[in-house]
Amino acid sequence: METVTITMKNPPQLYLEADNVTPDKFAGKSASQIAELHVYEGNTTSTLGKYFEVAGSAGATAADTKIVVKGDVSKVKYLGMKMSAGELVIEGSADQYVGAWMSGGKLLVKGNVDAFAATGMKGGELTIEGNAGNYLGAAYRGDWRGMSGGKILVKGNAGSDVGMYMLGGEIVVNGNIDVHVMTHAEGGKVIIKGNAKSKLGGQLVDGTIIVFGTIDVMMPGYKPVGEAELEIDGVKAKFAHFIGDTGERKKKRKGQVIYGNLYKKL
Amino acid sequence: MTKTMTDVVCPFCGTLCDDLEVSLSDDGKQILEVYNACVIGTEKFLHSQAKDRVTRPRMRQEDGSWKEVSYDEAVEYTAKILANAKKPLMYGWSSTNCEAQSVGHEIAEMCGACVDNTAAVCHGTTLIAVQDIGIPSCTLGEIKNRADRIIFWGCNPAHAHPRHMSRYSIYPRGFFTGKGHKSRKIVVVDPRVTDTASLADIHLQVEQGRDYELLNALRVALNNEWLPDVVAGIPQEKIREVAEVCKSGRFGIIFFGMGVTQSLSKNHNIDEAIALTKHLNEFTKFSIMPMRGHYNVTGSGEVLAWQFGFPYSVDLSRGFARYNPGDTSTIDLLLRGEVDAMLTIASDPGAHFPISAVKQIAKIPSVAIDPHLTPTTGVSKLHVPVAFVGVEVGGNAYRMDNVPIDTRKVVDPPAGMLTDEEFLTKVRDRVKQLKGVK
Ligand code: SF4
Repeated sequence: METVTITMKNPPQLYLEADNVTPDKFAGKSASQIAELHVYEGNTTSTLGKYFEVAGSAGATAADTKIVVKGDVSKVKYLGMKMSAGELVIEGSADQYVGAWMSGGKLLVKGNVDAFAATGMKGGELTIEGNAGNYLGAAYRGDWRGMSGGKILVKGNAGSDVGMYMLGGEIVVNGNIDVHVMTHAEGGKVIIKGNAKSKLGGQLVDGTIIVFGTIDVMMPGYKPVGEAELEIDGVKAKFAHFIGDTGERKKKRKGQVIYGNLYKKL
Repeated sequence: MTKTMTDVVCPFCGTLCDDLEVSLSDDGKQILEVYNACVIGTEKFLHSQAKDRVTRPRMRQEDGSWKEVSYDEAVEYTAKILANAKKPLMYGWSSTNCEAQSVGHEIAEMCGACVDNTAAVCHGTTLIAVQDIGIPSCTLGEIKNRADRIIFWGCNPAHAHPRHMSRYSIYPRGFFTGKGHKSRKIVVVDPRVTDTASLADIHLQVEQGRDYELLNALRVALNNEWLPDVVAGIPQEKIREVAEVCKSGRFGIIFFGMGVTQSLSKNHNIDEAIALTKHLNEFTKFSIMPMRGHYNVTGSGEVLAWQFGFPYSVDLSRGFARYNPGDTSTIDLLLRGEVDAMLTIASDPGAHFPISAVKQIAKIPSVAIDPHLTPTTGVSKLHVPVAFVGVEVGGNAYRMDNVPIDTRKVVDPPAGMLTDEEFLTKVRDRVKQLKGVK
């Protein structure tokens, strides 16, 4: 695997849209070719090389390419957008839309990410060592297809609207989570190791939410149905089991109504 | 002899009353009285007559004082800051006509600007929900003539839309609602005991920030499913009772306002309220309608959606329209420092935005187009006073139920003053020159 390192040397006055920073776009290119790729600051189109120093060279394919992003990219959007293979490591914090619509490969952010990370994610692995903003793994505005595959791990806390319109895949948040989890979801799983606030699983058709900590206020559409023992990351524990959202439309399988599941550790 | 003008349209709130009468002085230059309007509507007409009105543009000087400049100089400054910016923001639009909005959008397209209206701090969340799940709605006329179940959720028309209740929602005798108020059951959902709540048959005093739970509980009740004893401070028996009241009507309507659009859950509240409305249509006829504030905020959404496909928070910076509130919305753009010039028109963000966002307006090149002196004109570099739309110039506006109504000119503006549309047209032509657009 070949490595390309891009280092921020000339930060934007406003914000930068860098949707070309992916192993897919870098593959097969030399450092100078990569420096010619387009970036956008407001209505102005310029090149990656104007803002970043580019070193190393890419592999022949995305799968053979690793990108390391250094320096302050807290005002850079769309890093890793639509990546399908290879690796991307962001050493600091990044702005919105990190890994949006990614379908494969590994994306690691050592700092925090702002809103809309992993929008419509289809596959691959996204790890955020810091905190994630709102709408993690959600659908793009107006779309009904949120995250449908892959895995997200947030080591810190996550914002509101995580997994809105989620269809599949898994999100694990080691810390706490803000309001609205898996609203409108039709599949997938969100595991919260810390505490949750309220509005979990509102309008959820199908899917699973597992909470290890507290829930401030439950949605009325979740009916208690007893206890369940689950094994998560090799740890067995007892959980209170709820099904819902009983106010929302439901699918049927073999004449049986399918409910979403919410488990809260006892 | 005074002259009386009839069928005048009130350019104040989204009710857009079209039955006003205005009496004018003999020479037709002075408004003497306004009939049929509510207090706030009357005030709007009389305010235009103020003697101390600013009638020429003013530019802020280095020392903080204001200097009068010509409209031509104002056009030059405005065109230059928009044309030279990397990401200009053009905000407001809700108290001007659709004609001016359309010219403004031409400028936005040439400059790669973000265009946003006051929905950003009001019913934008409604528009998000509508895009997500659609909306079963109707006109105010249908409500007057048919509705026998009226729900006011998080809104207080007694103060914000004073004639709404007498013209459409509570008192009027319509075709199928011949007994007026007696034909209707009124439900008010509000944490406070408002003047509207005091008119209600049922007042649900929902806990602050728990509207989403209560809406959800009503849907659960419609499905005859299990409910906790109390939801959002309301006993479950009461919730089931309200669900029955809704189901037993012939035609129901949910009106909602900023109590739900801007409190916790925002767009989700509206999303669930629309879902409840759809759900109720399994039992009877139900509709839902936002109580829009500014008289033509609906029109701004209509014109934006017609021209760019989205009703607010449109980002044209990359040459195509993008829409994602949170990223492309005005307050976020200001707070995050994403824009480098701002034009405000027909609205007052200085009075309604968080103070840190207002400070950002003061930091960047800015122009405010407004007939009044406002907190926004106070923080902007240039203030361009213009004629009052709906009083001194006519033009198209959209009522809260999306019905377009042509407003009427009643009197002339002070000599030499431009309208929004005239000023923006001059700016557009200058921007064309600067950008080399044919
Ligand atoms: S209700 Fe609204 S539109 Fe009607 S007169 Fe009053 S302010 Fe004007």
